[in-house]
Amino acid sequence: MEYLPNILFLLALVAGVGFFSRNIHRLIRNIRLGREVTPEGPRSERWKNMARIALGQQKMVVRPLAGILHMIVYVGFIIINIEVLEIIIDGLLGTHRVFAFLGPVYDFLIGSFEILALLVIVAVILFWLRRNVVKLARFWKPEMKGWPKKDADWILYIEFVLMCLFLTMNAADFRLQELGEAHYVQAGAFPVSSILAQAFQGMSAASLVVLERAAWWLHILGILFFLNYLYYSKHLHILLAFPNTWWASLSPKGEMGNLESVKREVALMMDPNADPFAAPAADAPPPEKFGASDVMDLTRVQLLAAYTCTECGRCTSECPANQTGKKLSPRKIMMDTRDRLEEVGRALTASGGAWEPDGKQLLDDYITREELWACTTCNACTEACPVSIDPLSIILDMRRYLVMEQSAAPSELNVMMGNVENNGAPWPFNQMDRLNWASENETSA
Amino acid sequence: MAELAAEGKTPEVLFWVGCAGSFDDRAKKITKAFARLLQKAGVGFAVLGTEESCTGDPAKRAGNEFLFQMQAAVNIQVLNGYGVRKIVTTCPHCFNTLKNEYPGLGGDYEVMHHTRFLQDLIREGRLTLEGGTFKGKRITYHDPCYLGRANGIYEAPRALIRQLDAELVEMKRCKTRGLCCGAGGAQMFKEAEKGDKEINIERTEEALDTRPEVVAAACPFCNTMLTDGIKNKEKEQEIKVFDLAELLAQAADLE
Repeated sequence: MEYLPNILFLLALVAGVGFFSRNIHRLIRNIRLGREVTPEGPRSERWKNMARIALGQQKMVVRPLAGILHMIVYVGFIIINIEVLEIIIDGLLGTHRVFAFLGPVYDFLIGSFEILALLVIVAVILFWLRRNVVKLARFWKPEMKGWPKKDADWILYIEFVLMCLFLTMNAADFRLQELGEAHYVQAGAFPVSSILAQAFQGMSAASLVVLERAAWWLHILGILFFLNYLYYSKHLHILLAFPNTWWASLSPKGEMGNLESVKREVALMMDPNADPFAAPAADAPPPEKFGASDVMDLTRVQLLAAYTCTECGRCTSECPANQTGKKLSPRKIMMDTRDRLEEVGRALTASGGAWEPDGKQLLDDYITREELWACTTCNACTEACPVSIDPLSIILDMRRYLVMEQSAAPSELNVMMGNVENNGAPWPFNQMDRLNWASENETSA
Repeated sequence: MAELAAEGKTPEVLFWVGCAGSFDDRAKKITKAFARLLQKAGVGFAVLGTEESCTGDPAKRAGNEFLFQMQAAVNIQVLNGYGVRKIVTTCPHCFNTLKNEYPGLGGDYEVMHHTRFLQDLIREGRLTLEGGTFKGKRITYHDPCYLGRANGIYEAPRALIRQLDAELVEMKRCKTRGLCCGAGGAQMFKEAEKGDKEINIERTEEALDTRPEVVAAACPFCNTMLTDGIKNKEKEQEIKVFDLAELLAQAADLE
């Protein structure tokens, strides 16, 4: 019986981490449904981007208030994880505050965790107020109805509760240390919880032990719960922001990749020696699909980005189409991609890995043509994203499918493209008139 | 270009005029202004004339990669045929496509937008601006997406406005956060989707908030969108939309 808590802790830890890794495997399986991409450009540049944008939060602070609040929660999350390490060791070995031997260093650590925890509570409350009282427009767009809204609030509630449990645990511990209770080593500095502990003045040592243990257990179980909540939530960004910034394009934003499949076709057309009537070889692979109509046509980087998106809506709030009342919302493009990918993933799990077409696709069932054609390709969304997500690339790939596979461009664009094809200009002017400007009135260039 | 090549001469730079610059009446003025500036600075330049064709930018952004690559193949054949090394263009869309998307298809050139090119000419002392046509005037500058965010060029156009001794007033959304004029991504050639406002009106209102005398643009399409916006607001008498090349040409008494 003596080892019962240790065994229970081990079981909880194994279950929590095990379930989490099962979901991570699913996540990786789903991302791998996308087309493979080889990272271009120097890898050192990629590491630098990751350090700057994900680790350094460079793009978060473009909006200073949200940026600073986020920085607090982010730093709090990372630093307080050192405490989680101690909790895990204590839980497995049955020790108490196993790092106490660090002496003044330990005092400093616990003291700073406490201050951070308090700051996180303040930040979380302010975040909640921004969402629910100030009602910032970007949190109330149509795509935020239902689960996305609840998800966002839940994350804040969980973080709030976890921090409160952490401080309660420390406050009870502080009182128990004052009372000189056995097992509660004199260690740590408690700048915040010592104030909270005054509320526990009248409590007996026994009830304090119950309180301390309860807070300790709920705190670590809460963390394991939160770990597993990630996969079902927009909160995955705390992990995926790192690979996502690493994989993000290093090219100038204006550059849109030249499709390899089209390159081959064009080369064949331009080759005077190519036989236009040649039948494809019997073992030739079926012609590649141009563009994307479903998640499997997208790249792995685009699918990773869909899971990374934390629905902050900075992209949408900067999008010129969205700001002028059009249906397009770059955030919705990412959310739709993720939701469709999850749907496909669930079907794969249910069928044991074989994909049976379900009569649905990303185009039309999730993302409408009206949204796709409203984009001005201005790159405001990609510039705004704090974790280098590129919704524009998905919009472009879906336009490519519409135009090259379906010939379904808006008729005005067909006129424009007909003009480019026939006269080398988007308007119906004769190519032979291209130099007319030079002879009109005064100049001769 | 063909004539120079026949004489065995190589120009200093090829001026890529672009479709708007060749055909659009408003944009042709920008083309002429820039050509005059080049002449004044003694830059030996050539144009492809009837051998130039659309870069394929609007087709590519509309999703027609096939047509884009066909256009690119033809243009690259012409450019490489003349051994062109350096290109300057007054259109950020042509600039972006030639600079970023042609290299992967066999067209490697040094490509400059005319604002950067003019900045260099001034820096090298080849182009001097006398006369204080714009001294103290309030000028606001609209960042074209394909020059700014797409290629990180924010400074050159602003440096040119400072050269004019004018007062540069920034709009609320500028530089990396500049608002699109509404023309990019082939939107120029179609009606906008249903919404509650046109993008160019939103941008024009923001420009008007700076109480400018001149709205400076650096893209023929932005120019059209903003000019239309100003007309919509019935301000065309007081406020003019000019390309930076036109402003410089006026300052240099070339018009």
